[in-house]
Parts: sequence; C-alpha cells; structure tokens
Amino acid sequence: MAKLNAGYFKSTVGQKQIVGLMGLLLCGFVFTHMLGNLIIFIGPEAYNMYAYKLVSNPLIYVAEAGLVAMFVGHIVLTIKLTIHNKKSRPQAYAVSASGEKKTTLVQKTMAHQGIIILVFLILHLITFKWGTVYTVEYDGLVVRDLFQLMVEKFNQPLYVVGYLGCLVILTMHLSHGFQSSFKSLGFNHPQYEPKIKCAGFAYAAFVGFGFISQPLYIFFFL
Amino acid sequence: MSKDGNMTIHLEVWQQEGPNEKGHFLKYSLEQVTPDMSFLEMMDVLNTKLIKEGKRPVEFDHDCREGICGTCSMVINGDPHGPQKATTTCQLHMRSFKDGDRVVIEPFRAKAFPVIRDLVVDRTSFDRIQQAGGYVSVNTGNAQDANNLPVRKQDADMAFNAAACIGCGACVAACKNASASLFTSAKIAHLALLPQGQPEREERALAMVAQMDSEAFGACTNTGACSAACPKEIPLEHISKMYREFATASSRKRDS
Repeated sequence: MAKLNAGYFKSTVGQKQIVGLMGLLLCGFVFTHMLGNLIIFIGPEAYNMYAYKLVSNPLIYVAEAGLVAMFVGHIVLTIKLTIHNKKSRPQAYAVSASGEKKTTLVQKTMAHQGIIILVFLILHLITFKWGTVYTVEYDGLVVRDLFQLMVEKFNQPLYVVGYLGCLVILTMHLSHGFQSSFKSLGFNHPQYEPKIKCAGFAYAAFVGFGFISQPLYIFFFL
Repeated sequence: MSKDGNMTIHLEVWQQEGPNEKGHFLKYSLEQVTPDMSFLEMMDVLNTKLIKEGKRPVEFDHDCREGICGTCSMVINGDPHGPQKATTTCQLHMRSFKDGDRVVIEPFRAKAFPVIRDLVVDRTSFDRIQQAGGYVSVNTGNAQDANNLPVRKQDADMAFNAAACIGCGACVAACKNASASLFTSAKIAHLALLPQGQPEREERALAMVAQMDSEAFGACTNTGACSAACPKEIPLEHISKMYREFATASSRKRDS
C-alpha cells in the first residue's frame, strides 16, 4: 500500500476522514453491543453466559485495545478540529439562518453530544464493567451475574431517566455521524446518498430503541 | 403598506469603521420602498438618504448586479444572500419582504474574511486558494481540434456544474465552521473532470487543500448549509470528490 505523506494527517481533510472512519467502526461496535444486550430478553442465563463467553475469550483484549484506539482517535481529532472550527468564526451572527439555509440543532451540537457520550461512557464502564460483581452458578460453572446488576440499576428511577437521556443524545449523534462519515470518506453521489441517509436514520433509531428497550423492560416488568 | 403598494422597512445594518474596530448595529427606517426594487437598490436609496442628511453611507460590495460576478455579499436576517434559494443579494427583490419587516444586515463573518468596513469583507483568501492550483498550465497557440479532446457527457455536465461557482463566499458565511470546502472542492472538481486538468490534477488537490487549511477556514462537518446558501446551487457531492482527490493524491505523492 502506498504510504500516506505527513501532509495528509496534518490536513483537515485527512483528519476528518480518520474521524469518519473511526466513527463508522464505532457505529459497528455500538450495533453489536446493542444486539448483545437484546439477549436479556431470552433470559438471565442466556445473557450471563453470553457475557461470560465474551470476556473469557483471550481475543477480547485485542478487541478492547482496538476499541480504545478508535475512541481515542475519534475523540482527540474531533477536539482538535472543533477548536479549529470555533476559531474560524470569532464573531457570531446576531441572527441565525432560517429555512433551508439553517443548520439543524443536531448538526450544530455534535461536539456537545460527544462530550455527554464520553461522560456517559466512563460512568457506564464504572457501573457495569468495573461495578459490583455478583455471581451465579450454571451447571457447576460460576459466572458473573450481570443480569442481577442490571436489574438492580434499572430499578432506580433516576438512573433510568439519566440512561434514557444519554441514549437519546447517542441516537442524535449517530443519526448525523453515520451519513456524515460516508461523505467524509468520499461517498456522496445522488444515486446512493439518499439511501445512506435513510440507512443512517434507520440505524440510529434501531440502536436507540434497542438500547432503551432493556431498562424500560426491567423497570416496568422485573 | 401605503396605497401605492410601497413599504416601510426597518433596517438594522452592521457598521464597523475598520478591521480592528468594534462594530455595532445602526437602525434606519426606510419608507417608500417599492416591491420591484432589488435589495441593492434599496441600499442605494438608503445611502442617498444618508448622504443627503450629511451622514456616512453604508459600505457594501457590489458590481455586476446580474448575479454572475460574485461580488455582492451580506447576510440578511441570518441568511447569506437573503431568504431566496439560488439567488445572489443583487438578484433579491424587495417583494420578498413585507411592509413593516425588520431586516438585519450583517457582513459575511469568518476569520478568513476580515471586515474591511461595514458590510465589505476581504475575500482575497479565496484568490490565494485559487492561485495555489485552480488553473491549467497550457502553452497558448492555435486551438486544437475539439475532437482530440473527447469528454464524457456526464463529466462535462458535472465540470460545468462545478465551474458555475462564482466565488462569492456564501458557503463560508453559511457554514457553522466557516469552512471553504464547497468553494475549494468546486474548483478542484471542475478541473479534475476535464482532460485539460489531468496533468496537474494531484498537485492541484494537494496545493489547494493546503492553502485552504492555512487560511483559517474551518473543517467540513457535512451539514449542507453551504450548498443551500450557494446562489449557484453547487452540490455537496463536490466536497466528497475533493476528499477522494486529496486522499488519492496524498497516497501517490513522491518527494522528488
């Protein structure tokens, strides 16, 4: 493969492409995470065994290192670009654009959404990954009872409200991020652009509803 | 509205003495504005009135007044070139406004477009991007036979579409990041699609993007506001083309 010169990584174009690529890879992670969580509807044993198989696989460390790299790349470059973008308009307009020339609130607040998602991510890891370890035994095998931890957390009304709020923000972020990533990577053509846009909205809605379904199910029925 | 159909418009116009001065809005009420006036003619009427009153007129950029030169600017009620689609300020008419409307007029705001005075901004950063590679180096002489340079119809159409850019800067004014991506990409795409642009295609993409980055314009976040504000309706897909051109050129660049 041809080696990219340093100018590529220094340019806003190169940096945006990396942000987009990392963003799309993270979209993939978020999607599989959501699908994994849906196993909770099969039952506590299926859910706990899925989690056990996932973390007992030695490849998990490779996957986690990759995930950390994607998050760091996406976040560091976005912070850099956002600061650069803010400096590009030192004086704001007195009146905002209206109609078609308007920028939507979701598009305007991508960086703010990112900060909220990062805080959520850290709290989420503290609560679940590094949270209370309950155990349960299936056929002599002692595994972590994540199901019990979820039931415990998602029966606290304030926790559920905060969780839902963060997921609405994540859904907004994905709805613009998905289609924007394709454009940054060079894919924008009238033939398929509307389809990517549609797929992006469908993907964001599916991920959002998928994640929201578990806390609501636990809160109201368990 | 008066019986003759004329309107009273309440203007709030940005006034700024120089690039480093602090600006502010001045309010004027203009009577007898006819719906048939262009927006710039309304500004002329305002300035005539100000001059008669012994006051300093409002400085604004204008030239051809037929929508092709890209000199007029202004952000009208938050919209670059005003509320109409595919329309420059000079082609905007007062019939787009109602009697008693409040109209706020600001300059294009971007670090790379410093205000010279009032509504006049310095857009030479666009010239420097263009000079960095927005040309083809050809030896002049007799024009060769057109059949020697076949161009696919689809490419000719897209090149023409990109070439329609008049370099007014509304894309920068509309972008939340004050990004020049739509302008730069239109210039890169225009020549990348034509046979004459091929020898310098990759150097052009590298040089124009590097110049764009050095001019304090922001990065593109694909909001599409630029394209919506563009009086020539340059589509957003040119920006993706610029991304492809730049990535390809970067991967093939040699130091020699």
